[in-house]
Amino acid sequence: MRVALFVPCYVDQFYPNAAIATLELLEKLGCEVHYPKNQTCCGQPMANSGYEHLTGGCNNLFVDNFSGYDYIVCPSGSCTLHIKEHLHADGKEEQATEIRKRVYELTEFLVDILRVKQLSASFPYRVGLHQSCHGLRGLRIAQMSELVAEPFSKPAQLLDMVNGLELVPLSRQDDCCGFGGTFCVVEEAVSAKMGKDRVADHVSHGAQYITSADLSCLMHLEGILRRQNSDVKVIHVAEILNHSMQ
Amino acid sequence: MSTTTTKDHPHLAADFNRDEPRVNWHDETLWWVRAKRDIAAHKLPEWELLRETASQIKFNVLSNLSTYLEQFEANATKNGIIVHWAADAAEHNQIVHSLLEQRGITKMVKSKSMLTEECHLNDYLKDHGIDVIDSDLGERIVQLANEPPSHIVLPCIHKKKEEIGDIFHEHLGSAKGESDPKILTETARQHLREVFLTRRAALTGVNFAVAETGEFVICTNEGNADMGAHLAEIHIASMGIEKLIPERKHLGVFLRLLTRSATGQPITTYSSHFSKPRDGSEIHIIIVDNGRSIQLGREEFRNSLKCIRCGACMNTCPVYRKSGGHSYHTAVAGPIGSILAPNLDMKKYADLPFASTLCGSCSNVCPVKIDIHDQLYKWRQVIVKEGYSPKAKTMAMKAMALTLASPALYRMGGKTGRLVFKYAPFAVNNKLNPWYNQREMPKAPDESFGEWYAKRKGAKNS
Repeated sequence: MRVALFVPCYVDQFYPNAAIATLELLEKLGCEVHYPKNQTCCGQPMANSGYEHLTGGCNNLFVDNFSGYDYIVCPSGSCTLHIKEHLHADGKEEQATEIRKRVYELTEFLVDILRVKQLSASFPYRVGLHQSCHGLRGLRIAQMSELVAEPFSKPAQLLDMVNGLELVPLSRQDDCCGFGGTFCVVEEAVSAKMGKDRVADHVSHGAQYITSADLSCLMHLEGILRRQNSDVKVIHVAEILNHSMQ
Repeated sequence: MSTTTTKDHPHLAADFNRDEPRVNWHDETLWWVRAKRDIAAHKLPEWELLRETASQIKFNVLSNLSTYLEQFEANATKNGIIVHWAADAAEHNQIVHSLLEQRGITKMVKSKSMLTEECHLNDYLKDHGIDVIDSDLGERIVQLANEPPSHIVLPCIHKKKEEIGDIFHEHLGSAKGESDPKILTETARQHLREVFLTRRAALTGVNFAVAETGEFVICTNEGNADMGAHLAEIHIASMGIEKLIPERKHLGVFLRLLTRSATGQPITTYSSHFSKPRDGSEIHIIIVDNGRSIQLGREEFRNSLKCIRCGACMNTCPVYRKSGGHSYHTAVAGPIGSILAPNLDMKKYADLPFASTLCGSCSNVCPVKIDIHDQLYKWRQVIVKEGYSPKAKTMAMKAMALTLASPALYRMGGKTGRLVFKYAPFAVNNKLNPWYNQREMPKAPDESFGEWYAKRKGAKNS
């Protein structure tokens, strides 16, 4: 199985450990992982700001980098969703369509494609799971609280396989963290307040770590935790699933 | 009572956030309403089917709107109701005024109608010497406070009971410092009873207009629409063109959804049907367009006209909960207001589609399944293309797009200070970095993943 690793720009620049954990985890699970080295960004920062018309360059580059693989796997629900919903390229629409079908967020890839049933990971801590909105309501990697439907959670299903890990309950299981791309600076007051309230929910329930399938949310929550000099840390779900794995 | 502010959502929201305990209170109050909605929805196993059915019925209505409007007009007229058509807010207000003027009426009682808020009817009538009293308790409170409603279902949700006590003390003569909700409600009840008994004209909104029968349905919890309409000699009902449903049986879908979504109640206390005037009285319906036919013509935004004004998207919206209804500076606040308002005035409301994280909660609580967050995304594209985006932002976005489209520039940008900081989202149009105000910056690692990978043994570069 030839898998292309899609590492979002801010993960590449700020959170390389999450990408390394994703790569190692996929390899341990038997995938032949390739990293197309000319990849940059999915184009979402422009598109969500109203400049989707400026994403042609990113789209072309994405198609050139990621065509021809069995799957494209990304440790970010948000960037995966952007590609799934918005990747189009002039003259390369057929390839773009293939990519939109083959791109997966990491936890859904592990559960739906690799059908992972057990992991030899160990992480003996109390962990709060932050559901990223794009993963949750966009990719449906878990059931959202708004719908009258059967509950499920692909990230939680995987975290349950980790030795010693205790998932803490939350008062609001899927309220947004307030990052929202440029929203975090344009609407600074509301964004920061949303982040503070999310952090407080995890902290008051005794979480030692906050994890998520999206690092953009975690980057936001980490900024608030560090400002508060909190001992609570953020960690991408891939780093937990890859932790102490033989 | 029109909103005269020139501040945009980020500034108004920042003002609201100066009092953090108040934000917490506001957020928790609305979340409590959302939680009540969840409990009510989960009691119906067929909830999602109901939502889908309602959405499809409204789709049918919007696809055949002119037919249903004419059918409704014909049946209502047959019933003895007088039907008026208003192209815009001004015409609507003129019709109301002329109906009152012809009868020499200078005082009117009005139950909740967001359409009249949209048309700024109260201001218009006040300027023309007509005294309007809002009879919905929440609306009466904000009217006395000389403020617009902050929520379409809970107009004074931003006010604490102590503040309401002060307003009632000043205007209705309740005891100073009285904040017991029961006593305050009784004060309002006595005051409004006098109003109901003496007003010759009553204006109401319309929740559902049934094309098949020419009747219309008004949903209230206080019975104030009925009190006004039954005691007045003329009942004026204002409705947007999208309020239609084809047949009476469809009410079974919408009435089950409306109040469960709004407040978690199984049904409104009063769901009153008006089909013909009592002997010696008149019913007038004003059917208002005011931009709706333009929205109907915008294919990507058409579905916004399915809205039944339950307010569930506001209660669930984390941005609304933490910024308050007034920060939207429009009659209909929150996510639904943010996709309706730019249709009326794109320049004035260019900020609203950006007052969202696109979290998608709104679209999934919506009882008629409006794709609200997708429409917010689409409005952003329209607003930028129409030139209502700040120039500095456009420059930053162009620089960013150029960098991200080139692997070489991207790598260089990363090395010289971690690109993401350089352009966005942190550094758009800034001297002071708004991220850093309440949050630490991420720590830049020694090397990027790409740099680490290039050194890795047996790296599968492609």
